[in-house]
Amino acid sequence: MKPMPGKTAYVNARLLDPASGLDAPGALLAEGETIAAVGSIGEIPADAEAVDCRGLCLAPGLVDMRVQLREPGEEHKETIASACRAAVAGGVTSMVCLPNTGPVIDNDAVVEFVARRARQAGLTKVYPYGAATKGLKGEEVAEIGLLADSGAVAFTDGERAVASAVVMSRLLSYAAGFGHLIVQHPEEPTLAGGDMNAGTTAGRLGLAGISPAAEWIMLERDLRLVEITGARYHAAHISTAESVAIIRRAKEKGLAVTCDTAPPYALLTEDAVGEFRTFAKLSPPLRKESDRAAIAAGLADGTIDCLASDHSPQDADSKRKTFHDAAFGGVGVETLLSAALELARAGGLGLLDALAKVTVNPARVLGLPAGRLTAGAAADLVLFDPEARWEVNAATLLSKSKNSPFDESTLPGRVIRTVIDGRTVFEAAHG
Amino acid sequence: MTSGFIQRHLLGTRTLSAAEILDLLDRADRYVAVNRSPEKKLSVLAGRTVINLFYENSTRTRTSFELAAKRLSADVVNMQTGASSVAKGETLIDTAATLNAMHPDVLVVRHHDSGAVSLLSQKVNCAVVNAGDGWHEHPTQALLDALTIRRRKGKLAGLKVAICGDVLHSRVARSNIHLLTTMGAEVRLVAPRTLCIPGAESMGVSVFHDMAAGISGCDIVMMLRIQNERMSGGYIPSTREYFRHFGLDRERLAAAKPDALVMHPGPMNRGVEIDSDIADDVDRSVIREQVEMGVAVRMAVLESVTRNLARENGEPWGDEK
Repeated sequence: MKPMPGKTAYVNARLLDPASGLDAPGALLAEGETIAAVGSIGEIPADAEAVDCRGLCLAPGLVDMRVQLREPGEEHKETIASACRAAVAGGVTSMVCLPNTGPVIDNDAVVEFVARRARQAGLTKVYPYGAATKGLKGEEVAEIGLLADSGAVAFTDGERAVASAVVMSRLLSYAAGFGHLIVQHPEEPTLAGGDMNAGTTAGRLGLAGISPAAEWIMLERDLRLVEITGARYHAAHISTAESVAIIRRAKEKGLAVTCDTAPPYALLTEDAVGEFRTFAKLSPPLRKESDRAAIAAGLADGTIDCLASDHSPQDADSKRKTFHDAAFGGVGVETLLSAALELARAGGLGLLDALAKVTVNPARVLGLPAGRLTAGAAADLVLFDPEARWEVNAATLLSKSKNSPFDESTLPGRVIRTVIDGRTVFEAAHG
Repeated sequence: MTSGFIQRHLLGTRTLSAAEILDLLDRADRYVAVNRSPEKKLSVLAGRTVINLFYENSTRTRTSFELAAKRLSADVVNMQTGASSVAKGETLIDTAATLNAMHPDVLVVRHHDSGAVSLLSQKVNCAVVNAGDGWHEHPTQALLDALTIRRRKGKLAGLKVAICGDVLHSRVARSNIHLLTTMGAEVRLVAPRTLCIPGAESMGVSVFHDMAAGISGCDIVMMLRIQNERMSGGYIPSTREYFRHFGLDRERLAAAKPDALVMHPGPMNRGVEIDSDIADDVDRSVIREQVEMGVAVRMAVLESVTRNLARENGEPWGDEK
């Protein structure tokens, strides 16, 4: 057991709590592993360590609802420990990992393995998704009841869509009986055989296109099934303007539907592919500017509930290939906060709204005890400088894989300190 | 002189200026005469090494490059991937590094993936010539087509050129689009909707789905090869239906200008995209001439990239020696 932390008073902070709408100067007192007081803490207790926040932002630690950890199975790309080190450097104190490991997280033994490895790393809290279907094959519903009992927070086939209509229908129906959430990668596979967004760039480069319709056709179908079954449904990393409109209509209808997007879809377009740049090969693919703008607008108007990093580590050998042969995905845990701040700066979101997308909102969707600055909650905190700008240099990222689509971009926001359960787990090198 | 072709690699036609294209065509024109003379061997590339690295089966393009290099007295090595370490799983980058260590002067590369040749060019010290990458570019084909057209029509600017068939999967089409639009020709694409390039209009071309309308008034009708796998992929239902709607026969060719020329990059599917009656008509078809121009164009390209690399490395070249 780790020793219980003592008392720490974070003074002279700009407190940001999206859940309560708090944005005010003040202090926060952590006692042991939990938050004891927020706002005005009175006299600093004599036995407390004082941390002068120098007016910088103190917010709930980030909740990243979509990461791939690659362990077990692909430890040359990432391990739970390396992902956790990258995550705390990015202010992420809770993350939820996809079940596409080897073996797949489709039984309680793998859930427990992931939990044990995360405990050993002792940094970011790791929650697993359970597989929605056995072996992620999309054929038979996985043991979602048993997986939930052992700690799976929701169910998904990860990077794969549950494509069969009958399997999805039964999965939603079965999960609805338990109140479990199904998370879908909305992409009709028969329309998604290409390498990048179908459009003029793919046409010029001579690359096979992935139609935006692949996403929204699957989304439309799923939402019909949600309507029939009454299930709770979450669409992951939506990327098209049409998807935003579809989710908006579903919410207006009162369906139990939520969704997220990832920073690249709100900040980048297919232009990032340039001349076959494989770091910009993502799934779903980067879309055109009108889609990007609609995604940013969907975040601003609340249609899109959450922002998740979609952290997908790929080693150099998986990306240093022809565009067709290169693997999909980009790392993102270390740039998630900066992306949220960039959206607050340029994307029409208030700072608290932007932070809500990476803290309380994903925590609410998944029922996690995280993402709030409130007495009694776990002392999971991030202290950051919202003004500091930094140039992303993929080579210096802490993730074992360096495939950031934001490589060489300049983003706002520097993490100064990350605290998990009252313990400082990361401090920026310079003062 | 400075306005000529000065790049180290020839990866595509999209990045070529009109002046660079003209430089290469003029140089190739001179080699046409050499190739028609009894004594064809020049010493331009004596002592230089050219490696033909082909990841796709090819007879004509590889032979054309090989002959071009030999006529310039280069040493030529052919690597077909079926019989090499590539078949044993060596990556493209590793193969590039391995060949680079043997100090070739030029690597001529064909690969089945778009962008592969450009990727490889970033990993070597020699010059790289793209002999076709995926659906992306095939610059020497576009240059030889341009040379063929210019010799017959005396110009490129202002000509109406219809590129017909499977343009979606065609590197020949893309390289020709870039080159011909740069030179001021009017380019039309004629294809079934399923085989058209998405957003082709942004490349400065107009798009037709009706053959007669598309080739109407054209100076050049450039046919493309249709692959059998387009049927299984559901792009078109059958070869006979394709020929009925998009094949070129004498009757359909009547829609083009009376002196319109017919071109095809080969190999042809007779009776699928082109009728033999047209393909073999020496008054209309310049298909054989395209093959002849190919060797001359590749001589010009091999000479130019080798010279540009030498200059880049501060070595004297030709008369500068």
